[in-house]
Amino acid sequence: MSSPSQAAVQPFDFAQEVMHTKQRGLWNQAWHRLLHNKLAVISGFLLLVIITVCVLGEYVPAIQRHDPSIQDYGHIEEGPSAQFWLGTDSLGRDLWARMLQATLFSLKIGIGTQLVILLIGVTVGMGAALAGRLSDTVLMWFTDLAFAFPDLLAIILLRQVLLNRDWPIIGSGDPQIPGMSNILLVTILAIAFVGWTTIARLVRGQMLSIKELDYITAARSMGASPGRVVRSHMLPNTLSSVIVAITFGIPLAIFAEATLGFIGLGVPPPDASLGSLIGQGLDTIQTHRIEIIWPTLMVASLMLCFTFLGDGMRDAIDPRTRR
Amino acid sequence: MLQYAIRRTLGIIPLLWAIATITFVLMHSIQGGPFDSDRPLSETQRTNLERKYGLDDSLPVQYVTYLKNLLTLDVGITTSGSDRLVKDIIKERMGVSFQLGIASFLFASVFGLTLGVVSSLNQNGIGDYVGVFIATIGAAMPSIVLAPMLTIWFAVELGWFNVLSSEYGFGGWLHGDFSNWRQVVLPTIALGFLPMAFIARITRASMLEVLRQDYIRTARAKGLREFSVVLRHSAKNALIPVLTVLGPIFAGLIVGSLVIETKFAIPGLGNEFVRSVLIRDYNLIMGVTLFFAVIIAFMNLFVDLLYGFADPRIRY
Repeated sequence: MSSPSQAAVQPFDFAQEVMHTKQRGLWNQAWHRLLHNKLAVISGFLLLVIITVCVLGEYVPAIQRHDPSIQDYGHIEEGPSAQFWLGTDSLGRDLWARMLQATLFSLKIGIGTQLVILLIGVTVGMGAALAGRLSDTVLMWFTDLAFAFPDLLAIILLRQVLLNRDWPIIGSGDPQIPGMSNILLVTILAIAFVGWTTIARLVRGQMLSIKELDYITAARSMGASPGRVVRSHMLPNTLSSVIVAITFGIPLAIFAEATLGFIGLGVPPPDASLGSLIGQGLDTIQTHRIEIIWPTLMVASLMLCFTFLGDGMRDAIDPRTRR
Repeated sequence: MLQYAIRRTLGIIPLLWAIATITFVLMHSIQGGPFDSDRPLSETQRTNLERKYGLDDSLPVQYVTYLKNLLTLDVGITTSGSDRLVKDIIKERMGVSFQLGIASFLFASVFGLTLGVVSSLNQNGIGDYVGVFIATIGAAMPSIVLAPMLTIWFAVELGWFNVLSSEYGFGGWLHGDFSNWRQVVLPTIALGFLPMAFIARITRASMLEVLRQDYIRTARAKGLREFSVVLRHSAKNALIPVLTVLGPIFAGLIVGSLVIETKFAIPGLGNEFVRSVLIRDYNLIMGVTLFFAVIIAFMNLFVDLLYGFADPRIRY
């Protein structure tokens, strides 16, 4: 930090300033701004820890400690102990192991859904913005429609439609992707097919406004092909807001899945998702209270962390929106 | 204005047609039909049942019949045995869903607006910190998180409210019977807390923006009472952006009560919908989906029109 008097003495070196900014590119700058946001850093770190522990728990028995679906009738509805860190449920299953499994499932849902949404949203948004007026009208009518369809009802209907289906490539069983189960895929698709409109609208809006900017005209007049203009000039500039929207979308998807699990439309037993754990915990709320605390805390923390991280990223990428 | 209202209202028709069509397609692509259950029916039974409910026609024929019936607001009878009119079931259940939805909507908007205005008025003061804290925490408190917590504290632990159940009848409010308020409080707060936080956040931001305007300083400078400055000059204008989100929030609450209803055995429409999807009761699925879609469509329309009244600068 230089004191005001020093700054006044030193003449402003414009050339160096420009080079300095050039060395630190847009993303670099955003990254530095993000690191200055304590709340976002803490949230990001917490998420990293949660993800690491859950992923390790899947593959390292020493971390998972117990099989999440083994029922031990000698230890029913026990509180936290050295043997069962978070206690056991009404069937004597270890809640720590079940929490790891459920959290990993929810994280997969959150991230997987956003990947599918990214794919659909960017394609539709770009198509609407670039492919002429007719396709714009049609595609936007579609997003209007998806907007008007009651979300939760649509997700439930789609989930039922996609369930127990013989797929062209993957068949009816689990797809051949490590860590991916049939129900996971079905849930991801059901939520994504309903939730892609936000990104599509965003990309369309951004593209339409960027299309008119001078530097695009400049690139075009210098003979850049339409593909090149879109690829290296327009897409990167929509990217920042898309990334932010995706970060905010993850907790929404996690919430949607938790809701499904809560009302009994989640993963089939013995597997667990955070929502189904909350639902189960509600059944034993009178006798074994601790069981419902863990998954509710986890859902709340995941949603908070992703929201804070999203806030931080938005402020970092676009400093104008800073309060 | 009138022209715009008419155009928008007519615009709902193709929207509803599209939703009806999509639901029809989705519903018929669910694996299995309404008569597939644990105990398989004989061939004759199945044929007779399908003939009775008109499911033996080809899909296009069914679709046309279905659309024709919709024109007379007839969504058929349930296929799951009781042979009741879907219309009647909706009529019977919607009171419950609306009671829950409207109660939580009122909760969300009254507390959200108050919280937002209060925290904007003492920006960076203690009231603001409390307001922002509640709004932030609220963003992570969807109904499924809040409902169990509230139940533990206020029903199991303190016994202030009943554990939510339908025993004493939900939905008497339409007939002026408020004796069941003990059962309504917890689901209302559980459902309305997240939208409340959302409304508070928007109100705060919007109020802060307005309070910085020159005309507010003018109002203060000419010696108006603070009450008048805040309510008549600031809040009135700050409400306009809040208004836009109220429509979707209301629709979301009506549909969102589905979650609370299912788990707390409240006999509302949402409960009925989940059941109908699981047993593939085609007509009931259609009826409930369309009913919700109509509500959402009209809420959005209503808010758009209200927007024009609230902000005279908006011309259609």
